[in-house]
Amino acid sequence: MNTKTRAARPAARAPARAAVRKSAPARRAAAPRVIEMNPAMPAGAVDWPEQVHAMLVEAGVAQVALVPDAGHARLIRLCEADSRMKVVRLTTEEEGVGLLAGAWLGGEKGVLLMQSSGVGNCINMLSLPVAAQMPLLMLVTMRGDHGEFNAAQMPMGHSTPAVLEACGVIVQRADTPLDVPEMVSSGLRLAFNTFRPVAVLIGQRVIGAKDFRKLTKPTEEDHE
Amino acid sequence: MSELQLRRRVVVKELLKKRGDMLVVAGLGAPAWDITSAGDHDNNFPLWGAMGSAAMIGLGLALAQPRRRVLVITGDGEMLMGLGALATIAVQKPKNLSIIVLDNEHYGETGMQATHTGFGVDLAGMAKAAGFARTMNVTAQKDVLRIRPLIDLQRGPLFAQVKVDPEKLPLVLPPREASYIKNRMRISILGPEALHQ
Repeated sequence: MNTKTRAARPAARAPARAAVRKSAPARRAAAPRVIEMNPAMPAGAVDWPEQVHAMLVEAGVAQVALVPDAGHARLIRLCEADSRMKVVRLTTEEEGVGLLAGAWLGGEKGVLLMQSSGVGNCINMLSLPVAAQMPLLMLVTMRGDHGEFNAAQMPMGHSTPAVLEACGVIVQRADTPLDVPEMVSSGLRLAFNTFRPVAVLIGQRVIGAKDFRKLTKPTEEDHE
Repeated sequence: MSELQLRRRVVVKELLKKRGDMLVVAGLGAPAWDITSAGDHDNNFPLWGAMGSAAMIGLGLALAQPRRRVLVITGDGEMLMGLGALATIAVQKPKNLSIIVLDNEHYGETGMQATHTGFGVDLAGMAKAAGFARTMNVTAQKDVLRIRPLIDLQRGPLFAQVKVDPEKLPLVLPPREASYIKNRMRISILGPEALHQ
């Protein structure tokens, strides 16, 4: 059933139900592939994590390997709350390349979530899906990109597309929130229909660049 | 060679005896030649590269095929390159995954340079500290005989560090093309449908 409908009902229920409802995302059926608005988001913004999660479900992605990134925070929470997905936290991104090769050998599809700084960690491991012609979908949130504050993020961020392409990975970019579901949909098809590693780069223009100086001041906002 | 030291291919042959539907991943170099010397098999995935990935490939396979025993056989150098995998695997707790490190304390393919394990680094101790359900330091044949029953028990993840003689043996090469090795394992596990997915 559609949990969206359920969540929209008035909350005047017995307290015992509240605990049950809390686990509802775990049983969430494939969400419709339409653009949905998150009330917490500014008007006109696209709730791409929700859409990407629905696409991963529809594609049958069962293993979600990740090194966290602020830009992936919401997608990670959606995957963690989904009982159809095994979320595997990694110590370094290259572990995910091996993991998803094993998953494919065993008949499961996977996705690898990471920040662009993790691309450098994957270089030699990418020989595996390239040499064995295995599908691999990497969703990479960019740093060292649009409006970056931190100089240390620039070298890897700047070289991310070139490094991936040099390793034999098909690279696709999403630079607006609307582009993200489109490119993920394309990436899923390219990776799993043509048996090769594909990276979808989610630009910092989509994620937003944080200004560390602002973060030195106390704030009531919950920064991710 | 000391007569007391274990010989890697004898160990591997023992581990793969009457293997049934066990799935086997081997790290590049000597472990890949070792599992092939025990008999090439559709359910073998010997690596030719991607050093440091063997344990993680085992994890992905073990999660995808939770009813099957998944055995990773690798070397000390290969395991040292991917130590974080021990923490990642311990968090996932796959009962059906076993990792056996054939520890000859050397990089055998590159000129027998020393690895950290010859200086006291205890890989089984690291796996234990990470949270593996069962870990073993194996130096004697009687303990080698205990490994396979523990693999079959599937109450892992199991980690065994087996000290072996740093002998140079003739290579026994598996099929060379990774796509072929991949497809034959997928067909073996998933049936002919694997090629139509």
